Amino acid sequence: MTTDRTTDRTTDRLAVRKTYKLYVGGAFPRSESGRSYPVSSSKDELLAHAAQASRKDLRDAVTAARKAFPGWAAATAYNRGQVLYRVAEMLEGRREQFAAEVSAAEGGSAKSALTLVDEAIDRWVYYAGWADKYAQVAGGTNPVAGPYFNFSLPEPTGVVGIVAPQDSSLLGLVSVLAPALTTGNTVVVLAAETRPLPAVSLTEVLATSDLPGGVLNLLTGRVAELAPWLASHRDVNAIDLTGIDAPDRAPLQIAAADNVKRVFVPRSTNWSDDPGITRLDAFVETKTVWHPIGV
Amino acid sequence: MAIFDYAPAPESRDIARLRPSYQIFVDGAFRDGSGEAVKTINPADEAPLAEVAEAGPSDVDDAIKAARRAADPWAALPGKDRGKYLFRIARAIQERGRELAVLESLDNGKPIRESRDVDIPTAAAHFFYYAGWADKLGYAGFGPSPRPIGVAGQIIPWNFPLLMAAWKIAPALACGNTVVLKPAETTPLTALVLAEIIAEADLPRGVVNVLAGGPAIGQALVEHDGVDKIAFTGSTDVGKTIQRTLAGTSKRLSLELGGKAANIVFDDAPLDQAVEGIVNGIFFNQGQVCCAGSRLLVQESIADELIDALKRRLSTLRVGDPLDKNTDVGAINSAAQLARIRELSDSGEAEGATRWSPPCELPDRGYWFAPTVFTGVSQANRIAREEIFGPVLSVLTFRTPDEAIEKANNTPYGLSAGVWTEKGSRILSMANRLRAGVVWANTFNRFDPASPFGGYKESGFGREGGRHGLEAYLDH
Amino acid sequence: MRTGSYDGRVTVTSDRSTLHDVTRDDSSLRRFLHGLPGVDQVGAEARAAGLATRSIKTSAKAWAIDTAIAMVDLTTLEGADTPGKVRSLCAKAMRPDPGDVSVPPVAAVCVYPDLVATAVDALRGSSVQIASVATAFPSGRASLETKLHDVRDAVAAGATEIDMVIDRGAFLAGHYLQVFDEIVATKAACGGDAHLKVILETGELATLDNARRAAWLALLAGGDFIKTSTGKVTPAATPPVALVMLQAVRDFADLTGDVRGVKLAGGIRTSKEAVRYLVMVNEVAGEQWLDPRLFRFGASSLLNDLLQQRHKMATGAYDGPDYVTVD
Repeated sequence: MTTDRTTDRTTDRLAVRKTYKLYVGGAFPRSESGRSYPVSSSKDELLAHAAQASRKDLRDAVTAARKAFPGWAAATAYNRGQVLYRVAEMLEGRREQFAAEVSAAEGGSAKSALTLVDEAIDRWVYYAGWADKYAQVAGGTNPVAGPYFNFSLPEPTGVVGIVAPQDSSLLGLVSVLAPALTTGNTVVVLAAETRPLPAVSLTEVLATSDLPGGVLNLLTGRVAELAPWLASHRDVNAIDLTGIDAPDRAPLQIAAADNVKRVFVPRSTNWSDDPGITRLDAFVETKTVWHPIGV
Repeated sequence: MAIFDYAPAPESRDIARLRPSYQIFVDGAFRDGSGEAVKTINPADEAPLAEVAEAGPSDVDDAIKAARRAADPWAALPGKDRGKYLFRIARAIQERGRELAVLESLDNGKPIRESRDVDIPTAAAHFFYYAGWADKLGYAGFGPSPRPIGVAGQIIPWNFPLLMAAWKIAPALACGNTVVLKPAETTPLTALVLAEIIAEADLPRGVVNVLAGGPAIGQALVEHDGVDKIAFTGSTDVGKTIQRTLAGTSKRLSLELGGKAANIVFDDAPLDQAVEGIVNGIFFNQGQVCCAGSRLLVQESIADELIDALKRRLSTLRVGDPLDKNTDVGAINSAAQLARIRELSDSGEAEGATRWSPPCELPDRGYWFAPTVFTGVSQANRIAREEIFGPVLSVLTFRTPDEAIEKANNTPYGLSAGVWTEKGSRILSMANRLRAGVVWANTFNRFDPASPFGGYKESGFGREGGRHGLEAYLDH
Repeated sequence: MRTGSYDGRVTVTSDRSTLHDVTRDDSSLRRFLHGLPGVDQVGAEARAAGLATRSIKTSAKAWAIDTAIAMVDLTTLEGADTPGKVRSLCAKAMRPDPGDVSVPPVAAVCVYPDLVATAVDALRGSSVQIASVATAFPSGRASLETKLHDVRDAVAAGATEIDMVIDRGAFLAGHYLQVFDEIVATKAACGGDAHLKVILETGELATLDNARRAAWLALLAGGDFIKTSTGKVTPAATPPVALVMLQAVRDFADLTGDVRGVKLAGGIRTSKEAVRYLVMVNEVAGEQWLDPRLFRFGASSLLNDLLQQRHKMATGAYDGPDYVTVD
């Protein structure tokens, strides 16, 4: 198993261990702070050291996300759908690896971990299909009383900061990432603090899935340290507080008000439920365009 | 003196049926609020119009409790019946349209032409539009049986008093919520007459409550545990305060805040109509409009020609008595607002921009500010960045579409924008790239109940109008 | 108050050097006309409707009514016109209200060429001008020589104003220089005395963009007035068309210093409409154009409505059709 840190039991070969890094602007840097922190399995065995991002890493991630935003937002919906579907394809080929990582992070049986991985893959497929349909559902023409053609369409909010769920290391993460990306946002996500390894592995999948660099940026580290910087960053347009416990949300919401961030607080975190379109709706802006009709 | 000097054509103020005093509306009854009795004045001459017994904290509590009691039965009412109530309100606003228009102009200072042709008819249209939604919510795209949120606290500004009340109340009631509405302190009268209309329409008591009062009452409403949702239209600063106040609560929030819209004119624009659009964009309602086209971005190659045409057009604007049917530009709503407009305009001059106003005589009494154009403005000037909320246009130039976009989007706001060009593909490209909730192409400042309205970035979140406007009042 | 009657053409020094090149050939002219700013129909209609909400009362209205009367080209253009009909029209033109000498005479009578002589006779000694339609009015479908002959006939008979029609077919086919040359030739046929009104027949040109281009074409070719319509085609004078034409003479004057007139004809029947158009003239072109030398109404029934409104303002009571003369 790839999660075994010492040897491949079938061959007694000495394993090559992975360094778990950040994912910023399409690259895999270590934290500029040089820090890392130990990540343990659900059974308290040391799995790896993850990079412990600093506020400067967060700043760099936001910069990368902002830089990537115009291109990703302007990509055709068909293209975004293809990229998201490509993610599913890439994951499909690595089911076993992710199942092992999820199982190590969250505990539970190998079979249940595999189910979670499969659901995560299917979630990418679900949102991939939404990419070129959402505007038809959320937008349309408005019959105004006058000689004007008037239509509304959803547009991405911009740079979305996401605090990923702390429990569901892959399915939960995918469930919050994919919808924000589907509509054309770029994302800075704080991975589950104690279960970050599947997230880091996911970025390796994203990096090989035609997702342009900077569209998704992932930081591992201490949520309590990073989230306030994310919430107060004035170039972040929205924040998803899914990974923050209810009692801890208020200070972040207060900070978010400084630039009128859209703040998303989930109503349900049962990741196996039908995701619906709530999370697509959460990070879009409705633009309405008027034009006279004349000859 | 001009050859063709239009004699005054004033609308009679008797039509407003102005009463010496007005009461707040709580739990289906009118009563004196427990706050101060405040005189609301006519900004056109500073004369008192009427006394309003403002709400106190206990009234807020009563109103919210009344709304809470009314909430379940109102939500349980068949949608078609809620719709019929709203249709009644729409019709009553139409019937009393002239009265409401005159009252609005008296209390707000806006020209009767606008209150008569825009504010009041659009308010009625809003009720008419959302009335029809009440029994069709399952088809709105928010699930098969979306539920109301509960009690909505609604705080509205003074620039479109009745229209903003309609924007807030109509969708809330259609979705099955009950409301506590607080009109602005300087413009409570039409909202209180609307309460009368609502009472006459026999709406169940407590479904709509109207509290006159100042910021403290607004704050009490926001902080009260009994409200489930706050809808606010007003300044970005107050919006942020409300957002902070609601942090950590489960209350829902929608915000419609300030703006600093760019109105972009290309060299191939229909120039005469562009001039009209610029005028309408910044001088409609004395520029006291959150989506006002306060930054004119004109392509450098036609800047001189356009500015000349604009100045000629501005010279025909008639500034004066809001009740005169020929008035184009009325009074500023309050002394405080006038002071802010003056301060920002002075800063424009101090920062080196060139100030111009058409020759026009302003009345001696009242709050007046001549239509003003600043040329030679740079992006860094305060008048190009801060919302003036007055009849002051800042003119900047650009050379290429990219530069226009860059300048237009270079603001924390994102409420509206305008584009003028005869080239279709350019319109769509600009509309795509402008980060604003409403883009008017070859037109400006058009409003319709079917058309969603609201901002990007610090201009707020949530939409009012259209199918999208239901979302802010549905639990889905 | 200025209600003055027509007393000759406005003479201005023309500096068209900036525009010399544009009529050099068909493609130059085309480039120029299509380079004019477009007209957004909805915006133009909204502006026209906005101007119509001006409320004109009391003294301003009284002035406007008298001014409108002095701007009327009292018109009869029927196949059934007779010398008797024209003589009676001329009497009305000189003295619109037999009971009230304070009513100004109209600007002109407008008749077919064969009745010009009758009108000249009837109007002798008055300030009222004799306008004649010509150039195979109203369709304009005849050879240029025939059209010019029509013009010379009318001028020879004493017409002081010629209302020509442009070749709308040529205009719509894009043969702008042909239209231009015809106007120039017609202007020449008018001689030095008769002044030329160029009827664009905007109802057939269909779009406001075309109305603007045709207006500029006529102004470039030397038309003294641009006129909306023959009155034989619907729509005729509409507020948006009037708006565009007033903008054209305004902008032409800005560019060249040459001040030309506008005549609205067809479908204007009420004082209310006439006053609204005067508001438009005032606010779009400018008060300089509030003058019969620069603005006219081509009309027949409008005059009686103006007179009835005048009675109403004088007496306070609503007037009836029996109190104005029928001609």
